[in-house]
Amino acid sequence: MLLTIRGLTKTYPTREGPLAVLRGVDLDLDKGESLALVGESGSGKSTLLHLASGLDAADAGTISLQGAAIGEMSESQRAAVRRDRIGLIFQQFNLIPSLSAGSNIALQARLAGRNNPDWNAHLAYAMGLDGLLDRYPEELSGGQQQRVAIARALAARPALVLADEPTGNLDEANADAVLTLMLDLVATAGAGLLLVTHSQRQAARLNRQMRLVMGQSQA
Amino acid sequence: MIRVVLGTLISHWRRRPLQLVFLLIGLSLATALWSGVQAINAEARAAYADAAGLLGRDRFDRLVGRNDVPIDAARFAELRRAGWAVSPVLEGTHKPTGLSLVGIDPLTMSQGAAPIGAGAGPGMAEILAPEGLLIVSAETADRLEDADLPRLFATEGLPPMTAIGDIGLVQRLLGRPGAISHLVIDPNSPAGLVPLAMLAPDLDRVAPAADGGLARLTDSFHLNLTAFGALAFVVGLFIAHSVIGLVFEQRRSTLRTLRALGVPMTQMVILLLAELLVLALVAGLAGVALGYLVAAALLPDVAGSLRGLYGADVPGSLTLRASWVLAALALTFVGTLAAAGLALWQAATMPVLAPALPRAWARASGKRLAWQGALGAVLLALAAVIALVGSGLPAAFALLAALLVGAALVLPLLVGGLVQWLGRGPGGPVSQWFWADTSQQVPGLSLALMALLLALASNVGVGTMVASFRQTFTGWLDQRLASELYLTVRSEAEADTILAWVTPRVDAVLPIRSVSAPLNGLPGEVYGIADHATYRDNWPLLDAVPDVWDRVAQGEAALVNEQLARRAGLALGDPVALPGGNLPVGGIYSDYGNPQPQALLGLRLFDSRFPDATHLRYGLRIAPDKAAALAQEITARHALPDGGVIAQADIKGYSLDVFERTFAVTDALNVLTLGVAAVALFASLMTLAELRLPQLAPLWALGLTRRRLAGIEFARIIVLATLVLMLAIPLGLALAWALVARLNVAAFGWQLPMALFPADWLWLALTALPAAGLAALWPALRLARMPPAALLRMFANERG
Repeated sequence: MLLTIRGLTKTYPTREGPLAVLRGVDLDLDKGESLALVGESGSGKSTLLHLASGLDAADAGTISLQGAAIGEMSESQRAAVRRDRIGLIFQQFNLIPSLSAGSNIALQARLAGRNNPDWNAHLAYAMGLDGLLDRYPEELSGGQQQRVAIARALAARPALVLADEPTGNLDEANADAVLTLMLDLVATAGAGLLLVTHSQRQAARLNRQMRLVMGQSQA
Repeated sequence: MIRVVLGTLISHWRRRPLQLVFLLIGLSLATALWSGVQAINAEARAAYADAAGLLGRDRFDRLVGRNDVPIDAARFAELRRAGWAVSPVLEGTHKPTGLSLVGIDPLTMSQGAAPIGAGAGPGMAEILAPEGLLIVSAETADRLEDADLPRLFATEGLPPMTAIGDIGLVQRLLGRPGAISHLVIDPNSPAGLVPLAMLAPDLDRVAPAADGGLARLTDSFHLNLTAFGALAFVVGLFIAHSVIGLVFEQRRSTLRTLRALGVPMTQMVILLLAELLVLALVAGLAGVALGYLVAAALLPDVAGSLRGLYGADVPGSLTLRASWVLAALALTFVGTLAAAGLALWQAATMPVLAPALPRAWARASGKRLAWQGALGAVLLALAAVIALVGSGLPAAFALLAALLVGAALVLPLLVGGLVQWLGRGPGGPVSQWFWADTSQQVPGLSLALMALLLALASNVGVGTMVASFRQTFTGWLDQRLASELYLTVRSEAEADTILAWVTPRVDAVLPIRSVSAPLNGLPGEVYGIADHATYRDNWPLLDAVPDVWDRVAQGEAALVNEQLARRAGLALGDPVALPGGNLPVGGIYSDYGNPQPQALLGLRLFDSRFPDATHLRYGLRIAPDKAAALAQEITARHALPDGGVIAQADIKGYSLDVFERTFAVTDALNVLTLGVAAVALFASLMTLAELRLPQLAPLWALGLTRRRLAGIEFARIIVLATLVLMLAIPLGLALAWALVARLNVAAFGWQLPMALFPADWLWLALTALPAAGLAALWPALRLARMPPAALLRMFANERG
């Protein structure tokens, strides 16, 4: 099993008192499998991705990536896991504003020591970015920035791709094309994909779906 | 991975080179002004050490003639015969070149006291050769290349314009055959000899001075320079802090993303630190180079001041010292870490999921400003307490620091309040927005405004002090130098001849007699003055008993200078301890520029107490229009050397020249500090310009032209600079008071009357406001010429 989550719980303090965002979520994801996380805003989808990537720590429960318990790791070990095994696609793109699109795509692969310019060029071409590689993020549209962020996550050929609404800024046709590409690449690399989306149509294209309601999973 | 992360961090500077330039400028300027001042201080201190070490002045006892009476060769021979290892020295100035000549006897001089026969010095045979030679520093050798002097031998460790040679040669050059100034006593003289006090009761044994007294005398001068350097350093750091704060804020998203992509936090913080230190090294090297230029430019004036005020010989050219370069670089590192400390700490403790707030930097929280204001108010209260009860140099500097830092910390709250108050009145929507937006901009510009306040206040403060000093000093010179001519003769016989000729040709002859003597236990000088209207009408008395001049003339009271009164805590009527018995203080007079305690006695009493004092100096009263002709006639008729007759106007000119040179340095540092503050303002405006766009774009969309917006931005800075200037004037006056009434008293022992010079403030406004306008011009022009597409981008949905 690529990713195993058991009894995951996360609570945030608020002015009105503690807010339970996740309440004992269980999840399994195998190699080469894709899973769509769906649910209303505030249902805990993004929090689940943050915990799975080791960006945040759970209050209770376990997360195991390729057999390694993320919750028991030090911060630097979690950083190494993210660098080497996970491809993250954020809602807000999080591109480096001072790097060109091409450098942004190569960034994580270079950090992981697995940079392959040919593979990067293939990704850029497949994402329709091949004429835009010298541009800086501020010179790209929102859709173009999102495609750069997707390419960056895939460039290091991660074992697990965690994507938070990766096609939210694209029109339907482009969103379909990008998702097709992502699914192809994930399948080819034998990676797992955990994707948060509001689109039922897109969710239906993945192997499985899991709905989060009030921090609890409903199959 | 390190390379990739470093490359990513550095890519920020490639995209925003202006920020890099401003950071380097801030750090370089901070380093330059501070290290420039330190270079001057180091050069001067090295010169003092050389002077102190000359002929073992800092190690060996000396025998000197009482009341500076020269020692004759027979006395020297007598002491040698008695077994004392003494060696003769003759000191004097070679008039044609101005060279200080020191004649020694190489055969009897203690080993190691003179640079002869060892290391880089000449051999004994060379110095004793009939044609002779003079040992000088390399700088002096260069300067005197074409002078009509014996062969010059350049070596190290000698003060500038000082030469050592065989005493016979020096006696010949000075025209004083057989003369000896003092005898150096070798500490290895045999034991059991007849004591010197018995052998030579007319000679005084003087203990070595650790530093020739120069370092102590000049400490206050150097402290003042250091204070200016420190102020400029702080203003420079404001620029660096301001830029680093913005850069870290803009890079928050980059740091967060890098961490999300798997870069460990500790590694990232180490790399950020390394990046800063590399920038500090580059800026530090540039600052050191710039500091060297500043020091080289200022040193001739400083050397002139030190020579004029304290008689300290400091070379006019600068030596590059490794210790100075390393200290300057170390200071740049410390300054960089101080400027970046908060930003680094925030980066190190930032949660990886923290939202990026690119405008948070500009909108410093009201809570922080309130804390800052409260701290400033506490410091201002502390300054008030020190002003009321503090005394001494440390308290004076603590007062200055608390006053300036406190006022700077309170400034953003004050300016913010003033802007809100100004915006309360009725006005159109644009005016309403202008005041509201200006109020919002104050936190973002606070560091630059604080730098401007400090620079303007120091200009007002130091300007007021210097102008007060100039006004007082000029008037005081007129009072003190009342005689039209000053006559100095070579012997009392010559005095008799000249006075017999000159007395019928002048209105009055006023003898000037003086001796070095302890006053209330402090080393000082006692003068004897005649009872004459010249003194009664002109002497600058600060305080006196009603019949002071009669009492002084009758030998019933003494006058003391302000320095002695302050140091010994003397008031009118208090007894002052003098050789021959105490006398009550009849009056206290101002004595600017004199570092030593001084007392004046009536001439009769002086002669009875100091019968050995020489009668070689006289003041001559004559109608001013006849003074120059008489001076020429005396010199020609009696073959007096240069300086035998000096006109009052020449002494005044020289004194004023020393004065102007002293404050030329302060003026230069003032201008430089103001320049640094203008750069700070420019740096803040340029870095803020980008963050301003989202706030300005809606106004443009609502119908304000880019040109009008640029005009409003320009006006905003002028308004803020004007408010700062208005606050800087009272602060500057408080600073001037602290300098005049506290620092000056603690450092020099005298107080100045403080005068106000509103015309100078107007001049400062005419300089500072255009400087602020110039700083605001470029960002405003950029806005006026900004393509509409750049403004439109502000409306583009980040996700669309």
